[in-house]
Amino acid sequence: MGVLSLLKKEVILAGLKKGERTDGRGLLEYRKVEIKTGYIGKAEGSALVRLGDTKVIAGVKIDIGTPFPDTPDMGVQIVNAELIPVASAVFEPGPPGEEDIELARVIDRGLRSAEAVDMSQLAIIPGSRVWTIFIDIYPLDHDGNLIDASGLAAMSALLDTKMPVAEVVDENITLSENKKPLPIKTRVVYVTLAKIGDYIIVDPTFEEELVADARLTFAINEDRNICGIQKGGSGSFKVKEILEAKKIALEVAEGLFEKLPPKPTSE
Amino acid sequence: MPVYAKNRQIVVPGELIAETNRYEVEGKIYRKNKKIYSKVLGVVFIDEEKRNIRVLPLKGKYIPNEGDIVIGKVIEVGLTNWTVDINSPYLAVLQVTEVFSKPTQISRTELSKILDVGDIIIAKVISFDYTRDPLLTIKESRLGKVSRGIIVEIPPSKVPRIIGKKGSMVNMLKNMLDVEIVIGKNGRVVVIGKDPAKEEIAVLAIKKIEREAHTSGLTDRVKAFIEEKLKELGEKS
Amino acid sequence: MKKEGIRLFNDEGKRTDGRYPNEIRPVRIEAGVLKNADGSAYIELGNNKILVAVYGPHEAVPKYIAEPDKAVIRCKYSMAPFSVSDRKSPQPSRREIELSKVIREALEPAIFLNEYPRTMIDVFIEVLEADGGTRTASITAASVALADAGISMKDLVTAIAVGKAEGKLIVDLNGLEDQYGEGDMPIAIMPQYNEVTLFQADGIFTPEEIEEAFRLASEAIKKLYNEQKKALKKKYEEVIKEVNQTE
Repeated sequence: MGVLSLLKKEVILAGLKKGERTDGRGLLEYRKVEIKTGYIGKAEGSALVRLGDTKVIAGVKIDIGTPFPDTPDMGVQIVNAELIPVASAVFEPGPPGEEDIELARVIDRGLRSAEAVDMSQLAIIPGSRVWTIFIDIYPLDHDGNLIDASGLAAMSALLDTKMPVAEVVDENITLSENKKPLPIKTRVVYVTLAKIGDYIIVDPTFEEELVADARLTFAINEDRNICGIQKGGSGSFKVKEILEAKKIALEVAEGLFEKLPPKPTSE
Repeated sequence: MPVYAKNRQIVVPGELIAETNRYEVEGKIYRKNKKIYSKVLGVVFIDEEKRNIRVLPLKGKYIPNEGDIVIGKVIEVGLTNWTVDINSPYLAVLQVTEVFSKPTQISRTELSKILDVGDIIIAKVISFDYTRDPLLTIKESRLGKVSRGIIVEIPPSKVPRIIGKKGSMVNMLKNMLDVEIVIGKNGRVVVIGKDPAKEEIAVLAIKKIEREAHTSGLTDRVKAFIEEKLKELGEKS
Repeated sequence: MKKEGIRLFNDEGKRTDGRYPNEIRPVRIEAGVLKNADGSAYIELGNNKILVAVYGPHEAVPKYIAEPDKAVIRCKYSMAPFSVSDRKSPQPSRREIELSKVIREALEPAIFLNEYPRTMIDVFIEVLEADGGTRTASITAASVALADAGISMKDLVTAIAVGKAEGKLIVDLNGLEDQYGEGDMPIAIMPQYNEVTLFQADGIFTPEEIEEAFRLASEAIKKLYNEQKKALKKKYEEVIKEVNQTE
């Protein structure tokens, strides 16, 4: 962070003192969320999310694969994220770096801990053939809070996913023309807060992230329990700030659940 | 005033030493309101008379200061300067204009004749601000190339102990062993003497000081150590 | 990941290794164990064996990474192939890459980075044997190694993982509890300030359990912090004792 950012931080802090952010929001206000599902025809499920100016697309591809040895009758979930140069001048072309990997793993853990997708229903031939769910997350425009936007995109894409029905006859798998939704146990949302000086703000923009000391993300399931936490950045939080942030995250989550597509109804 | 540490106690980073506004603080210390904390693994000295609290680090790299005398090793010969390793995270630069008192025109090939890669110099830091590398000079007397002697490297944090109060320790070594000793603030010490055996005793003494730097009564113990080594030497010859 | 049939508590409420919910495993920390590193530390926590080496501050490599006003921390968390039951490939895994990042971010707040502008400080963590809670044990050892290198710090950093087994919160998860329990919450704190520098969780926790987790962690953190201090002071205090005895 150079001299320019230091000046920016002063300006931002002065605003926060008055309860204002540079884009006019209150400290605990979330930006406008728009979710469009079924965006990519070739994917089994997809969603494009706009969170303010941040744009993230997620695609779900389904394939048949082998299960992990210690969970022979469960499906496999693989989450990948690529911070591509298209999205921001700060992303360099090349193999996934620590930020890409952290983003993917945070989204993956939230979904996995909550059992968003019911993996136990994805076995085709238990022990040898199961459904593998690939969730690929591609931020297209970075104006801060890629985690929450990616979470909304991934969850929406899963809710949008139509998978073929597998029939097994004598160890032979045939896929019928019928499509059904993924077995979804619960929806998950992610709420990220950032700390700038002594202030906690919700849903930081790119500029706010640059001057923030640290960020804190809560993944929340429909029971309103916490199914994932990730602190990021080189700063620290007081314990009471964490507990305060947790309260705020649970409140903010309500609005995000309303934006998500509904859970598929069992037919 | 509440004091939580004892004089000459070993302290760790973040250790609370005292809570007061009325003391002066020196060395690796930081304050938060009235609380005085150590920044490093070190020894704390609390002087109630002089109202002074000081933390001396036990370890750490050398960070240059203007005016420091350092012992450096030339690692590169440039067009108009030399790059010098001063045992610091920062590489130092010696400009050709800082070698001679009179302005001189020197070609590049002649530069390496004056100082070449591997040469040891006693130099002074003339400037160091965090935006550029430290600059050295060898213009003054007692500065310049070292052509003989033994070089000892010790942690820079131990240098004050080698010097001693008002030079008492280093002067004792010089007198007892008839050697010249130049101590660089950067943890390098040059020992030059006529008798190589006495040079070696000096090195051993320096190593002993390094190891026991944080203890008291060191000067007397070092004196006894040198006397014993000299006796052994006398018995051999 | 749940597995039917594995009990994490016995009938007396003791855990798989005989501990009560609030007990940490036996711990041993040693500072200054490596000759070549500028600072180093070794920790044993239960069956975990972790070695940390610190190099620096030194010139930033490559040069363009240097920051004009502070030191850059480079942290590498790595698990030896023989550290786990199923041999781990020496290639850095995605997990190791993420852990290297969060561990770095757990240590940075404690270091006076501005004292060493344009330099780099390396923290190399090698897990020789793993049995649950390696990232928190690594942080605990790494802050000792940084102090051992003489680097200026605001405070040490002490870390422990709180978990959940059969609905109960437990402190310092071992390997089995990490694998088969219902949640894992690693926490790192600067103990003199009660400031949290690492905070993650997987599994499911109620909002109230998160509050309780911090209370549970604080006793464990106190114990570990004492061990860190002991390890750093030990070498020097021994020399003082030795010297006093010879007089």
